[in-house]
Amino acid sequence: MAQKQYGPATVEVDAEGYLADFSQWTREVAAAIAREEGIAELTPAHWKVVEYIQKDFKENGQVPSIRKLNKSGVISTKELYELFPGGPAKKAAKISGMKKPEGCV
Amino acid sequence: MTDKIKKVSIIISKGGLEGVYPGLIMANGARMEGIEANLFFTFFGMDAITKKRMGKIKVATVGNPGMHMPSILGILPGFSAMATSMMKKTMDKIDIPPVPEFVEMIADAGGKFYACKATVDMFKLKKEDFCEQVDSIINVGKFYEIAAGGEIIFT
Repeated sequence: MAQKQYGPATVEVDAEGYLADFSQWTREVAAAIAREEGIAELTPAHWKVVEYIQKDFKENGQVPSIRKLNKSGVISTKELYELFPGGPAKKAAKISGMKKPEGCV
Repeated sequence: MTDKIKKVSIIISKGGLEGVYPGLIMANGARMEGIEANLFFTFFGMDAITKKRMGKIKVATVGNPGMHMPSILGILPGFSAMATSMMKKTMDKIDIPPVPEFVEMIADAGGKFYACKATVDMFKLKKEDFCEQVDSIINVGKFYEIAAGGEIIFT
């Protein structure tokens, strides 16, 4: 398993830089991943998404889809694409310390 | 590494759930990867963006060898509706939305929808017959203009 420096921490990652061990996730790590993904600063709107993803994963063992984020009232699809440009599902999952989403939608 | 795909223009020409979904899934998947996506609807594929029909698209149970059953069963009254309802339930579970919601989702994701001029003329349709996500009615030439510099996928 590879290691990577995200902000102040050195963490275990997979080949694409997704955290291998969620227990190593911190808000500083999240911010560093976000910067690497082209998001200069995580706003309260970003954190709301991140927190929901983590909560939903804890409850269901799955990273919620874009559709679920929209339907649960957390964030509209339009806003999600604005907040995480160029790949919302993947970027939000990565910043949240999740594995890469595998679904097609 | 080879160059990444930056733009796809997907033609949806076939009706029925099995005709419409592959293109929608590919378009949505493109947007999820940050790829620009255009959708061009022609012939019976156009049902997916017409207000009257988009919510009533069924899976073809006749002449569809993929159904894994004798075609004669497919002609039974209500059979297509039943197969459609089963399929929709399964898809909903894996978060593939019904057609109208899927169209909205792709549009919200930044995908662009176009209707084919020839089909519009043939079926005597008007702009008002289409759902609000449809950008415009365009001819083939305009489609190529929009698709320029990207990949074209025909479904």
